[in-house]
Amino acid sequence: MIPAKFDYVRPSSLDDAVRALNEGGEDAKVISGGQSLLPLLRLRLANPELLVDVGGLDLRGVRDEGDSLLIGALTTHDDAIRDPLLAAYCGLIAEAAGRVADPAVRHRATIGGALAHADPAADMPAVMVALGATMIARGPAGERAIGAEGFFDDYLTTTLAANEILTGVRVPKMGPGWGYRYEKFHRTAQAWAIVGVAALARRSNGQVAEARIGMANMGSVPVRARAAEAAAAGADASADALRSAAQHADEGTQPPADLHGAADYRRHLARVLTARALAVASGA
Amino acid sequence: MTADTQAAQAELGRARLRKEDARLVTGQTNWTDNIVLPGMQHMAFVRSPMAHARITSVDLSAARALPGVIAAFSGADFADEQGSLPCAWPVTPDIVIPAHPPMATDEVRYVGEAVAVVVARDRYTAADAAALADVSYEPLPPVLDMRTALDEGSPKVHEAGNKSFEWTFANGDLDAAFRDAPVVVERNYRQQRLIPSAMEPRAVVASCVSDEVTLWSSTQIPHVVRVMLALVTGIPEQSIRVIAPDVGGGFGSKLQMTAEEVLAVLITRKLGRPVKWTESRSEGNLTVHHGRDQWQRIRIAADADGRLRGLSVDLLADMGAYLMLVTPGIPLLGAFLFNSIYKMDAYSFRCTGVFTTKMPTDAYRGAGRPEATFAVERIMDELAAELGMDPLQLRERNWIRHDEFPYTTIANMEYDSGNYEAATARARELFGYDALRQEQNERNLDNDPVRLGIGISTYIEACGWAPSRILGQLGYAGGGWETASVRVLPTGKVEVVTGTSPHGQGHETAWSQLVADRLGVAFENVRVLHGDTLVSPRGFDTYGSRSVAVGAPAIFSACEKVIAKAKRLTAHMLEASENDIEFSDGRLQVRGDPEKGYSLPELALATFAAHNMPGGMEPSLDSDATFDPENFSFPHGTHLCAVEVDTETGHVSIRSYVAVDDVGKVINPQIVEGQVHGGIAQGIAQALYEEAVYDDDGNLVTTTLADYLVPSAADLPSYVTDRTETPATTNPLGVKGVGEAGTIASTPAVVNAIIDALRPFGIRDITMPCTPERVWRAIQDARENGGAA
Repeated sequence: MIPAKFDYVRPSSLDDAVRALNEGGEDAKVISGGQSLLPLLRLRLANPELLVDVGGLDLRGVRDEGDSLLIGALTTHDDAIRDPLLAAYCGLIAEAAGRVADPAVRHRATIGGALAHADPAADMPAVMVALGATMIARGPAGERAIGAEGFFDDYLTTTLAANEILTGVRVPKMGPGWGYRYEKFHRTAQAWAIVGVAALARRSNGQVAEARIGMANMGSVPVRARAAEAAAAGADASADALRSAAQHADEGTQPPADLHGAADYRRHLARVLTARALAVASGA
Repeated sequence: MTADTQAAQAELGRARLRKEDARLVTGQTNWTDNIVLPGMQHMAFVRSPMAHARITSVDLSAARALPGVIAAFSGADFADEQGSLPCAWPVTPDIVIPAHPPMATDEVRYVGEAVAVVVARDRYTAADAAALADVSYEPLPPVLDMRTALDEGSPKVHEAGNKSFEWTFANGDLDAAFRDAPVVVERNYRQQRLIPSAMEPRAVVASCVSDEVTLWSSTQIPHVVRVMLALVTGIPEQSIRVIAPDVGGGFGSKLQMTAEEVLAVLITRKLGRPVKWTESRSEGNLTVHHGRDQWQRIRIAADADGRLRGLSVDLLADMGAYLMLVTPGIPLLGAFLFNSIYKMDAYSFRCTGVFTTKMPTDAYRGAGRPEATFAVERIMDELAAELGMDPLQLRERNWIRHDEFPYTTIANMEYDSGNYEAATARARELFGYDALRQEQNERNLDNDPVRLGIGISTYIEACGWAPSRILGQLGYAGGGWETASVRVLPTGKVEVVTGTSPHGQGHETAWSQLVADRLGVAFENVRVLHGDTLVSPRGFDTYGSRSVAVGAPAIFSACEKVIAKAKRLTAHMLEASENDIEFSDGRLQVRGDPEKGYSLPELALATFAAHNMPGGMEPSLDSDATFDPENFSFPHGTHLCAVEVDTETGHVSIRSYVAVDDVGKVINPQIVEGQVHGGIAQGIAQALYEEAVYDDDGNLVTTTLADYLVPSAADLPSYVTDRTETPATTNPLGVKGVGEAGTIASTPAVVNAIIDALRPFGIRDITMPCTPERVWRAIQDARENGGAA
């Protein structure tokens, strides 16, 4: 890797990290697992003057907070796959984490890093949007909470201030009746999703009582498929009914076009994958 | 079995672990990029961002001013000494071979072409300085589509125009074959452009001490590079040493004399300091020579019962912007294989080489033969559909029967041996062909949204490049022989010097097995030396699946000479007749009286002392031999692939893959299987994943592995492999070569399976790579056009 020159600090406390970031200003960048930032540095697409490595901070692991779980920002994707609390209360995260890239990447890449990088093609942002997760950020003025949909602002852009660090993400425990599914469609195992669909469904009396759907790579930010959610609510938990609800999945989206898929193909995939994800999530 | 060959039967055919792997997998070896020399500087290239432009100015003052930079040069700075990169294969007398300076001096013709080079104390400074180079360009129109490049009004890549050559071959009465033919099928197939992705990127280190130049390069061809360097730069050949250290893959991409090699040598000579260059993956995607890139118009005529009458092939081959080492010859390597294993009355072939403003193309695993095999195996399936025949039955009706060898094909190749019936029967059995056909029918009747398809590829290829005589007929500048030295050291250990240049193939293991077998010495006591022109001064290196078919017979022959010398020495020492001496189990002994004799180590020691040598015999058992094959070898086999196509998304998954290959006699079956696995993967990659994409301005879009999708183990199925063994008759070992077979066979097997799955929709072709989007669109289009199902 031949990046442009940069300075590097590895603070041992969150306060020190925030201070370093604050002093570095617009040209400072947080690095955790480095799985998104290092390629950008390598290609010299990002040229920060200072890297603040948060790898030494105590932000790793999942904590039970009663109705919710707090996932430390430095929890790796591999941690998430194996975490017993996530397995018990939020299996969607573990399932999606297992679909990210390859084992080497999953051992380095952190959940916080994946969210703060805000790549709309990434898997974890779509999952957090579906879950209605809350981002916890720390800046010079203290801590604040940001709802997932308010967090992702634009392509590779969040509403984090330049001097704020994402410390964790709070997700609700999914209670009895909830099922989930992450449908990732990509060309190779290591490739980004052409479209990814994260679906949660609560089943009651053979019907879908409630559905929540987040989609990867269907716009400049991860998006909710609200029209499909509405159509699914009250529908029979059957493949046919859910396929029909899923026809609304791409409504209001502005999917990108690239080498791996034109916009109309992505719209089509969003509908097919939503139908499949809902069917699994609701046990149809 | 004679006593002479009984000794070491266990070594040949033994699945030994590779002796080179310990140092490779533990990282203990020196790759070129690991080499550090005192005072070594680093090079970084300034490359054209334009597909086609006139260079109006090159200002390197800011780059030179950066601390740590010791020099920066433009193409003009080297105009008098850089020469032109060689093309060793002028395929026709009137071929256009444009000048190809290692650094552009006045015009750039593809994105990535070098225009300047910076030399600095470290890679980081070199990269920073390269970014400070100020090069001005006056844009010229790019030429991006070979199909329109020959039109009257097309912009020109070179002043002489966009046509490099036209090469033709014809045999038999084609008009008669097509006239009144009951069935004629015509197709236009696309061989997309591919980018070789060797694990180790290209890397070069050069040093010059007292006018003696040493070049370390991650190359497949140290011997050829040495000769070419001498010719291009004028440096006396005896002052050039080329070393290929352990090399991490090539696939043909390192069968080249590159601009970076030439410039490293010129710069180290100018500066008096060693220099290094290692490409990044993105730089490699731009500037390692690309592969394939053809349009293939193919027509086939048959009788109503499926008997083939004639075949006509018309190729457009994209040369890219320049002709590199063997660029124009690559499509012609397929010229003799479009007819494959089939008998027919007439065949014609035409290839037009076209210049475009893209990276030049050249050899890539299979080199011309995958292209040919794809087109013929695809159209055989189309013909079968047209005739309503089972595609395996159509092949059987036309292939050369095992009792018809040797057989001279319509392309004038003499196939020495083969058994297509046996390989196909075995593949069919392992695959469960009939059961899969039945399941396919049922799923079609059920309108299953996930369709099953079966793909067939009964391929052949020509290995063992190459008979020098034939290379001469084809206009190639070099030869095709291979050479070896076998040295029996005073302690009885053996050194083998080979002219082959392994870069992942495992020659150290295979050649050790061969020598252990022939000389009856322990495998561990054989060392193979290669890849350094000081150690192995002559050879034609490794490519075209030539090493086992040409290199191994040279070693075999050198071993025979060692044994002959040993016999003569033994006879002399025992005062016996040479005719009474036999070689058995590593001993030279009197026939019928094995107590009387010597072991090979004893004889080696005797030559070391040389107290009692036969008159005129040099005091060693060492022997050299060269093998120049009379003919190619012809591996063949039958690959069967079953795919499931999700018609809702277009996603293709390979459900099962059976490969039965006949590569003749085998030295190490584990190495053979590894080659088959890797080869199949590379062919699948062309069918489903890989494509070099240029945009409308001539920028390469697929510059990273995020865009240029190389499949990993996670994307590939488990293969079922087996072999039939029909020995080649064209070399003393009966070997054929295996490096490219899998790649040649697998691409049509996969695409045939996809089309077979979708034929009920009326789909007859999908352009490679068969991406989910392309498959889905083909289905949408077919439905809109009212196709069945």
